[in-house]
Amino acid sequence: MKAYDIVIVGGGPAGLAAAVAAKRAGNDSILILERDHELGGILNQCIHNGFGLHTFKEELTGPEYASRYIEQVIELGIDYKLNTMVMDISQDKVVTAMNREDGMFTIPAKAVILAMGCRERPRGALNIPGYRPAGIYSAGTAQRLVNIEGYMPGKEVVILGSGDIGLIMARRMTFEGANVKCVAELLPFSGGLKRNIVQCLDDYGIPLLLSHTVVDIEGRERVEAVTIAEVDENLKPIPGTEKRYTCDTLMLSTGLIPENELSRSAGVEMSPITSGPLVNESFETSIPGVFACGNVLHVHDLVDYVSEEADKAGEHAAAYVAADGALAEGGEEVKVVAEGGARYTVPTTVNVERLGDSLTIRFRVSGVFTGSYVNVYLDDERISHKKKRIMAPGEMEQVVIPKSKLAEHADLKTITVKVESE
Amino acid sequence: MYDVIIIGAGVTGCAVARELSRYEANVCVIESEEDFWCGTSKAHSSIVHAGFDCTPGTLMARFNVRGNEMMEDLAKDLEIPFKRNGSLVVCIHKEELGGLQDLYDRGIANGVPDMKILSREELLEMEPNLSDNVEGALYAPTGGIICPFKLNIAMAENANVNGVDFFFNTRAEKLTRDDEGLWHIRTNNGEYITRYVVNAAGLYSDYFHNMVSENKIHITPRRGDYCILDKETGDLVEKTIFPQPTKMGKGILVAPTIHGNLFVGPTAINMDDDCKDFTATTQEGIAELIEKGGMYVKDLPIRKVITSFAGNRAHEDGHEFILGEPEDAPHFIDCAGIESPGLTSSPAIGEYIGEMMRDMMGLKEKDNWIATRKDVVSTEGLSLEERNELIKENPAYGTIICRCESVTEGEILDAIHRPLGARSLDGVKRRTRAGTGRCQAGFCSPRVMEILQRELDLPMEEITKTGGKSAMVFGRTKLEEGAR
Amino acid sequence: MEKRELTCIGCPMGCLVTVEIDDNGEVVGVTGNTCKIGDTYGREEVTNPTRIVTSTVIIEGAEKTRLPVKTASSIPKSAIFDVMDVINHAHATAPVKIGDVVIADVCGTGVDVVATRAI
Repeated sequence: MKAYDIVIVGGGPAGLAAAVAAKRAGNDSILILERDHELGGILNQCIHNGFGLHTFKEELTGPEYASRYIEQVIELGIDYKLNTMVMDISQDKVVTAMNREDGMFTIPAKAVILAMGCRERPRGALNIPGYRPAGIYSAGTAQRLVNIEGYMPGKEVVILGSGDIGLIMARRMTFEGANVKCVAELLPFSGGLKRNIVQCLDDYGIPLLLSHTVVDIEGRERVEAVTIAEVDENLKPIPGTEKRYTCDTLMLSTGLIPENELSRSAGVEMSPITSGPLVNESFETSIPGVFACGNVLHVHDLVDYVSEEADKAGEHAAAYVAADGALAEGGEEVKVVAEGGARYTVPTTVNVERLGDSLTIRFRVSGVFTGSYVNVYLDDERISHKKKRIMAPGEMEQVVIPKSKLAEHADLKTITVKVESE
Repeated sequence: MYDVIIIGAGVTGCAVARELSRYEANVCVIESEEDFWCGTSKAHSSIVHAGFDCTPGTLMARFNVRGNEMMEDLAKDLEIPFKRNGSLVVCIHKEELGGLQDLYDRGIANGVPDMKILSREELLEMEPNLSDNVEGALYAPTGGIICPFKLNIAMAENANVNGVDFFFNTRAEKLTRDDEGLWHIRTNNGEYITRYVVNAAGLYSDYFHNMVSENKIHITPRRGDYCILDKETGDLVEKTIFPQPTKMGKGILVAPTIHGNLFVGPTAINMDDDCKDFTATTQEGIAELIEKGGMYVKDLPIRKVITSFAGNRAHEDGHEFILGEPEDAPHFIDCAGIESPGLTSSPAIGEYIGEMMRDMMGLKEKDNWIATRKDVVSTEGLSLEERNELIKENPAYGTIICRCESVTEGEILDAIHRPLGARSLDGVKRRTRAGTGRCQAGFCSPRVMEILQRELDLPMEEITKTGGKSAMVFGRTKLEEGAR
Repeated sequence: MEKRELTCIGCPMGCLVTVEIDDNGEVVGVTGNTCKIGDTYGREEVTNPTRIVTSTVIIEGAEKTRLPVKTASSIPKSAIFDVMDVINHAHATAPVKIGDVVIADVCGTGVDVVATRAI
């Protein structure tokens, strides 16, 4: 098999944007490996609108957003292989992959970009009691069946979890003639975007039951009913609050998990909070020359931010290859730390020398915060103090720090992002 | 007309079928469900027990030890994943240590080899992740772990290759004996006539027994909840960790599975007679697993649960296997009350029933009996060259369908097209492991559905999770009749 | 005077917008929005709510059996189910490019239903 400078694992939004950026940055030896039979990843099944407002300043559907990048990949003549599963990435960046035509093969790469995306949390992980009949679908699996394959996974639907895919599927199933009875959410707030709650539930009178969960699934062969109960502040069901909903389908939208089997086996250092790799300002992981971007790194709310990150990861990968395996030398490694209501940051380390004009730090908050402040500290000095009317775990937050601010702070050790009441 | 009809295609029925396939006889198995292993054989701990806890002198003790002894060769002959990982009965209170000696003595009486009582230090050296408060353990190196589905189907496929017929979705409803002494079995698929009946109906074995005999037996469904943890956690313990056994069974154990997951279970809850098919997990059951599983193992990573399930043991009131012909029901052979150590005992029960029936019926051995069976090719662990050889022969081995367990399309096609092949998602899952990984079929189920539909030439709405009314989809979107 | 509280859907901010309506149904004020989009959304949502509808139609002549589509611009919210009914009965034929009109002037809204991917 031909050797490539940059091998990109995954041809979804992150992989595509990274490929385009790496090519534009001057690298001519790029290969995208995609496990599905087409490029575009999960966007192909996200046929709803709401993509691209930041990137293209217009509202696109998922397939339209994907096609903007796919067209560029084709125009730029970037190589890709479809129906190809990456089986292993070694510490010295040898990628082992497999498909029908080529069999199993290895590609030695100078840089690898991890762009595998994420997967859905399954029912088993939730410990929902009851039978295990047909008709329990994760929302994304149901979305694929409806939107790509054109099958109806159910007609009477209850949704557990108010993640965005679940909300989108509530509307989608309604459009296809199904009766969506309710969306139950374990937490006292939704994990989805507000606009999805308005447009997908409120518009169709679908109730959102906050602090509720499924406590029983009936039906030996196919789902026949589920029982939903209210939960207390410890998320335990409150006896006496059970209500039974007859339905033939239970859809789960209870969270996304970055898919890092390959990263782990390659030996990349992981964050226990995001379940994604730890990266520096260049989206480089603990293995030099291995970069990560998109939902494999941390789960995003908007694809626009995935593209933005992937763009940088691609550029840095190209720079890494051009510099013969070294990003700009010199400069100290500064830690980035999340505190208070901020759960994590991406990146977790910064080398100021390698930054462009500014540093973007993305993070999520641990609960709903109203009227709180996002404060940024360079060591002990607070350099930014911004009031946010509302912050919720479902939405990603960011702070942008000009490079000049960082450069003028002598002997900088730690950048802290803190969500505080003042 | 058959010489022998076996009711039930669980592990016991299939073990008997394989042993009977050695002889010149016309044998079939009728199964009410769409596939093997749909009753008690589906949900249990998959342990090959050493045999130290059975009461000496019982059939359970005898067949447990014999089954354990047979398992190694059987696994080799029939390509069944099996490992003697060893069993430990662990004490966390000093006063329980006497119980270990009792178990040891019983084990000696039952003929269990190579047991040893371990001190706290020896135990912790062997299993460093046990709780800090362990006091000692009984160690039985012959204890093992097995793929229970492979054991079940391997014996069935081997029986089938040697001439035994299998009829699925065929529910025995009524047994009568005519004047000539032939048994008539009424089923939902018509009547079957046979000289001999083997009752391997698991939870329903009392139903058939009581239909033909005045010496009534009673099977209590005893539910067990289980959970399986992510492969990440599979090396937490190497051996099977048991608490001290109680009247209700062997207790909640923690063990690696043969495929590298970690396993916690089962609970033991007696159910009403009409709950034989109640296999739902309950909140209380799962809570008990989490609590008790954590008593013997340090930091049981319960957040890594990938699935939980429940099954019913066929608990006979006398807690003993009932094997052989009731006095008042000639040519009706019971294999009833098969609960733990039923899986371990199954090959030995098969051997015993096979020899008994050979003598009863005067059966002659076949000259051309085939003793071995090839499993679905597993690509797991193959080298690059081996994989490429396979892919060259059949490119379907180059397409990964289940990414969590790295199962290829080639393996799934094999599982569908081999004799007694898979017809449902669960059928594919239990033959190939597609869908058993950490995403629990989220990724591969639409793909497996598509393969089943294509290969079996069925409309998608007839593709089921596990037969019957367990359809995965309700036809096409866009409402219109006849939409493609 | 009536006050209606809405969540702006113009962007992920999801501003809580309060729209004041007088007795004649005229909007007299919008508060709580952080940008112009919120003001426009608030006014439109109480007087003439609109939505973009996305779905799929049957496609013939291709390996794929469903083509994703959308209304090229917003349609009145009240017309959604009529539009869906038409979409559910429509057929497209491959090849199709992004933006190709699949249903012209759907339900007399003056808006076309267009393809959102090439097949």
